[in-house]
Amino acid sequence: MIPAAQSPLVVEDLDVRIGPVDVVRDLNLAVGRGEFWGLLGPNGVGKTTLLKTFAGVFEPERGGISLDGKRMDERRRRDIARRLGMLPQHTHYAFDATCLETALVGRHPHIKPWARESRADHERARDALADLEMLELAGRSCMDLSGGESRRLALATLLVQDPQVMLLDEPTNHLDPANQVTILNVLHRQVVEARKSAVMALHEVNLATCYCSHVLLLYGNGEWDAGPTDELLTAENLSRLYRCRVRLIDDGRQRVFAVAGGFDRQTR
Amino acid sequence: MASAPVTKTLIAWAGLLLLPPAAVLLAASWGSGGWAWPFAADEAMQRVIGELRIPRAIAALVTGALLAQAGCLMQVLLRNPLADPYVLGLSGGAAAFALIGMSFGLSFLPVPVLAFGGALLTMIIVFVLARGRGPWSTTRVLLTGVVVAAGWGAVISLILATGSDASLRSMLYWLMGDLSYTSLSAWWLLPLAAGVGLLWLRARSLNVLSGGELQAALLGESARTRFWEIYVIASLLTALAVSLAGAIGFVGLIVPHLMRLLVGADHRVLLPASALFGGGFLVLADTAARSLLGPRQLPVGVLTALIGVPLFLLLLYRAARIR
Repeated sequence: MIPAAQSPLVVEDLDVRIGPVDVVRDLNLAVGRGEFWGLLGPNGVGKTTLLKTFAGVFEPERGGISLDGKRMDERRRRDIARRLGMLPQHTHYAFDATCLETALVGRHPHIKPWARESRADHERARDALADLEMLELAGRSCMDLSGGESRRLALATLLVQDPQVMLLDEPTNHLDPANQVTILNVLHRQVVEARKSAVMALHEVNLATCYCSHVLLLYGNGEWDAGPTDELLTAENLSRLYRCRVRLIDDGRQRVFAVAGGFDRQTR
Repeated sequence: MASAPVTKTLIAWAGLLLLPPAAVLLAASWGSGGWAWPFAADEAMQRVIGELRIPRAIAALVTGALLAQAGCLMQVLLRNPLADPYVLGLSGGAAAFALIGMSFGLSFLPVPVLAFGGALLTMIIVFVLARGRGPWSTTRVLLTGVVVAAGWGAVISLILATGSDASLRSMLYWLMGDLSYTSLSAWWLLPLAAGVGLLWLRARSLNVLSGGELQAALLGESARTRFWEIYVIASLLTALAVSLAGAIGFVGLIVPHLMRLLVGADHRVLLPASALFGGGFLVLADTAARSLLGPRQLPVGVLTALIGVPLFLLLLYRAARIR
């Protein structure tokens, strides 16, 4: 168990249920430094709930999660927030702060309750906004943003929080390809260059093949598969995962998965 | 280009800091008898100022500041910019108790004590009923509070309908918010300042909590505990304000909004700015309430609503952001 001991996020014998629905049974997982995990599964299979369990905000039925070698439930929220951050599926802003102020909120767990953000914290927030091509929006209200901008701002807040473990709940949902690539490139750089660990729920299989080093597949009924992307992402596994026929198209430069039409000649 | 906002901020803060003392000075020198410069008044006038006007102005200052702080907190708690300190039924409970006292002539229990008790009881009812089994739910708290408020409204109507004509006038004044019988010594400003200071120390947490429970938990706050803390603090502030002066409307709703437009949504500046402006505003409104039609006294709640309603509608009309 030496590699597991070094992994920032270790999941042991985890059972997660939402009411009568099994999300995972007996999940064992070690997310190491520099690993970018994709979390794939059909709608309603419990991807968000599993991420929330990893973040310590949803109680599992059984099993435990360790963060940097210490059980999550023995850590205080503030202590967890310095090491682990999550990009929720939806962010909703009720009051109009500027984008810079919104991103600065990410420093919250790192500074004493009564202290103010330092110059370095401001620098960090500006850098995060610049990474996501939002620096010119720094003074704009967070309520006046488009869908893509709003998503990038939420990610900027996470980058400012600067946790070792990043949990990402569909960071590219509803975004155009340019926004998707901007966001995923930034995340990929964080994982590869800064040796962070990431677990990302997403629906676009082909983005997972491009960016993720490992994948965790949730089939439903508590069944799962985890391992390197190349081994697990096959047409067979994906057909089982999404309960529809998925074909692999390989032109020699890129492997692309496509849904085989339900009424084409092959299925008849 | 950074100098323009800095200048604007300096001017705003200079104005906010000057407002309460200026308002108290005005309250001291203006009354139904006309103007009198407080530092050069004769002995009788000195007594009127020292024993009547100043203590009443201090009471207005404290009440206004309490309501504005409670308004800020309730808006974070319910994540709704349209929340005010009374939305969860505190003023209804306070009013029902105060009116029962007036109507049955319970002279051994002063009205402020009854009002405070009614507000606390409402706080506990809403707390117990809204807690439920699930996680913190803004909707459940809001619905519970609104329904409890409606219940108190019915009780109030019942008391008004069956009460004696003699007590009706004082009941109506209380319901509209009235500072006529209230006075506080200037020493009360010290605990007020200390309270605002304590809240200010935790103001960054409020910024995080206004992002919702999940966001707050992910950024290291024990969100559920924190939300109930805010609920209790906001309720206590409101209960104090209501027992001082009855249900003065609109201060707790309008002041946080105006201050957000002036100094921004960061609670570290919003809370002190709201306290200063809320206090100063209520002193001015109360001075006008007792002087405009003097010697007749209007309930100050009528004036805050008369100023507050058009101001708020204008804000709502102009601010596309309040969605």
